[in-house]
Amino acid sequence: MLNLEQPLRETRQTTAVVGSAACRKWDRVEEKDQLDYSDQTRWMMAVQAKRDRVAFGQLFDFYAPRLKGFVMRTGVPSAQAEDIVQEVMLTVWRKAAQFDPHRAQVSSWIYQIARNRQIDVLRRENRVMPEELTQEADLTEDASQIVALEQETETLRAALAGLKPGQREMVEKAYLGELSHSEIQAETGLPLGTIKSRIRLGLEKLRHELKELRNA
Amino acid sequence: MTAISHHISEPLMVAYAAGNLAEPYALVVATHISMCDECRARMAAHECAGGVLLEGTGGQAVSGDLKDRVLSGLDTEVKEAPVYARSGVFPGPVMAALKGKPPQWKSLGFGVRQQILQSSGKGSVRLLYIPGGQAVPDHSHDGLELTLVLQGAFSDESGRFGVGDLEIADDDVDHAPMAEHGEVCICLAATSAPLRFNSWMPRLFQPLFRI
Repeated sequence: MLNLEQPLRETRQTTAVVGSAACRKWDRVEEKDQLDYSDQTRWMMAVQAKRDRVAFGQLFDFYAPRLKGFVMRTGVPSAQAEDIVQEVMLTVWRKAAQFDPHRAQVSSWIYQIARNRQIDVLRRENRVMPEELTQEADLTEDASQIVALEQETETLRAALAGLKPGQREMVEKAYLGELSHSEIQAETGLPLGTIKSRIRLGLEKLRHELKELRNA
Repeated sequence: MTAISHHISEPLMVAYAAGNLAEPYALVVATHISMCDECRARMAAHECAGGVLLEGTGGQAVSGDLKDRVLSGLDTEVKEAPVYARSGVFPGPVMAALKGKPPQWKSLGFGVRQQILQSSGKGSVRLLYIPGGQAVPDHSHDGLELTLVLQGAFSDESGRFGVGDLEIADDDVDHAPMAEHGEVCICLAATSAPLRFNSWMPRLFQPLFRI
């Protein structure tokens, strides 16, 4: 039992200063094995591994207009939307080491950063996020897991395209943060079960590797 | 430790993943996800759906100088907000709400203690310390109440809740949780409004303790 009369051990509080030094060390597969990855994943991994500015420019060209459109859909005017896009893209650069292609698509990772930023700006409150799983370790890149996650995302994309217009509108409103939990229906009509199982495998892989590293 | 059997409901998960959950509830959900890989994967699946929508969004042309503005900001060093790690039974999000310090418990009588982490018009969230075998005073509440077990276990009309389990109670639930005998039960609880206790004694204390 936790003895609450005793002070807790001091919690680790890190104030990271990040700049061009923040990169992630994957035990990488050969480049030929990355050919099956989407462009976005390859660009992101180049930013992560080599702080590759050309690849970052490609990410910007792909995401900046989409992010601006996405943010403006919630009623934010153009100039303010561009400020948000700027912050989001800078966060992508600074936090690149946290991106894990075994558990997330580049688009989902950026979606989450964009929602955080919008909440910061529009509601003036910090979004409470779960504990990050550790990012310090050298991990092994698993091309089959990365490709499988991308394929299941394609299935999700097709399912979304197949929704009836009314249903699609509800789903869009939900993910744009325009519905409260009591307005959200229990079933979105999206097949999220398989993608959840796939992400779960990515999580188990990470947990397993972290355990091995701790025992090494 | 037994497996977690009470998880985040689907509507709460979508609202959280979309960033549209009031802060007190978001703290409880983020803490549960920190303890539960199943829900971490569910959240990531919803973010994946959000990402697909983002990718499919019709683009809006950006100003000609936006790219240069971003590129020229890449080398600026930025001080990140502090990151709080789990300490004892308190996962990172709770430690962040405690600003890295141990809880300062206030007695509510009968051995029950609390620390309010946040209280505003949007609701309140607190840590509760309930000795084994002790009942939390009979109460009902306005709106949704989320209770997450961090240590020990409690039971009420709707079942048993152990470490990591989340109880989701609507406003019509009039319940009397009872901590299991043995270990002290520590919970993180969020409500949209102050709790109402169903007997005059605790009600008398309500303004004093802000419960």
